[in-house]
Amino acid sequence: MVELDSGRARPPGGGEWRSAARTRAGTARGGTGRARLRARASVVVLVSLVLAAVLVPMLSPAPGLVDYTSVRMPPEPGHPFGTDTSGRDLFVRSWAGLRISLLVAAVSTLVSTVLGSAVGAVAGSFGGWVDRLLMRVVDAINSVPHLLLGIVIVALYRGTVLAVVLSIGLTHWATVARVVRSEVLGLRNRPYIDAAISAGAGRWWVLRKHVLPAIVPQAVLSAVLLVPHAVFHETALSFLGLGLPPHLASIGNILGDGRAAVLLGAWWIVVFPALLLVATTLAVSGLAAGWRDRAVPTRRSELSL
Amino acid sequence: MLRASGLVAGYERGKRVLDGVNVDLPRGGVRGLAGPSGCGKSTLARVLALLQRPWAGTVELDGSPIRGFRHAASRRQRTAVGVVFQQPRPAVDPRMPLRRVLEEPLRASGERGVPERVAELTELTGLDGELLGRFPHEVSDGQLQRACLARAIALRPRYLICDEMTGMLDASTTAALVRVVDEQVRVEGTGVLAISHDESLLHAWAGDDVIRL
Repeated sequence: MVELDSGRARPPGGGEWRSAARTRAGTARGGTGRARLRARASVVVLVSLVLAAVLVPMLSPAPGLVDYTSVRMPPEPGHPFGTDTSGRDLFVRSWAGLRISLLVAAVSTLVSTVLGSAVGAVAGSFGGWVDRLLMRVVDAINSVPHLLLGIVIVALYRGTVLAVVLSIGLTHWATVARVVRSEVLGLRNRPYIDAAISAGAGRWWVLRKHVLPAIVPQAVLSAVLLVPHAVFHETALSFLGLGLPPHLASIGNILGDGRAAVLLGAWWIVVFPALLLVATTLAVSGLAAGWRDRAVPTRRSELSL
Repeated sequence: MLRASGLVAGYERGKRVLDGVNVDLPRGGVRGLAGPSGCGKSTLARVLALLQRPWAGTVELDGSPIRGFRHAASRRQRTAVGVVFQQPRPAVDPRMPLRRVLEEPLRASGERGVPERVAELTELTGLDGELLGRFPHEVSDGQLQRACLARAIALRPRYLICDEMTGMLDASTTAALVRVVDEQVRVEGTGVLAISHDESLLHAWAGDDVIRL
């Protein structure tokens, strides 16, 4: 009985129904229901976080305001996130910190993605010694822990935002380059590339019209996934005292300042900024996960084959 | 005349797919090339379309030897030999609507009057004009192969290699595409190499002019 029922519910050939339905109703309109919901929720959360990070510091008194009459105040109506060891309001300071952390992460992600895509595309399409040389550079960068290499770069130009951006951006492009290169290698022998060459298309044309459009989804996806990673890197550098200068409130600075205070019972100095960081990270990766299933046209067409 | 002599070619080191092959393709006619699966028909097609460098042997295009293949061949040489593959689906970029597939050779060569030529090619190959806005995964194999043939003849190549062009198609589409190619031979004087494992089809198309690989 039960088997009969389940047999009727299933299409001939097992899972074929599901993939066909996904192709038409799901993938074309942005993933299955739950994934779509998750992606939408992530967008809402992310947009509100970014808006708050921009607006809260703008509408409030300067976040750097030190007030020694009210140090380490627990959360209360006047200070919803409490105050830190210098009596600064943590609500304003945390949002300002998120703003700077996000900015640094976004710019360094952009640097990594552009650099990585360029290197990967060139290595993949030219091949030969160009490919070997570039990939050895990638290996060299990947063989050193990113944080260590980042510290070296930061140490050269201590205490500037640019140094932090470069130290994150210049250490993370190697992964992007590898992903993009393998994508390009897979494309190089496609019959439609042959057809384009036979139709008179030059190298530049093939790169622009066929290769780049094909790698954009991959590149954007790895960029999105890199943002939370870059936030963590910035936080780690600042936490170590190597990142942004102390007067710029980044999440890492706040956490670094607060770690001694935790032992004095001031848990709020660490918990609230960390919560913002975690919420941002989850929202970004939720967005990426929802988006992964989505309109990557190659995948769409391969599914419908 | 598109002439290949002493061709040796393959993909893996030491494993020859073609071993000393000679082919002549005169203009203004259809020559059949028959051979069982795996005998190197498609490899020969790729070499003749200047898409793969042979390990040894020469390819001559209208009397002048070909020195480079793929991008190392000049645009004029590459576009002198059109090619249609067996499977239309992998032969078109899944991100391009059919209109852009047809436009590609024209735009890549900086031709004028692109919309007019596209309309002409659509008419010529019997491609449903309403499909031009669709993506490859939204049309049938037959319509897609029509688009591939249209793309291959867009620049009026002097030679056309049809590598199992009709292998995936039903009888009526096969007949329609063969008519289109025959029309090219008559009007443009194209030299066609029709490659297939199906000798009866080749005899029906090329008469007695069928060579075996």
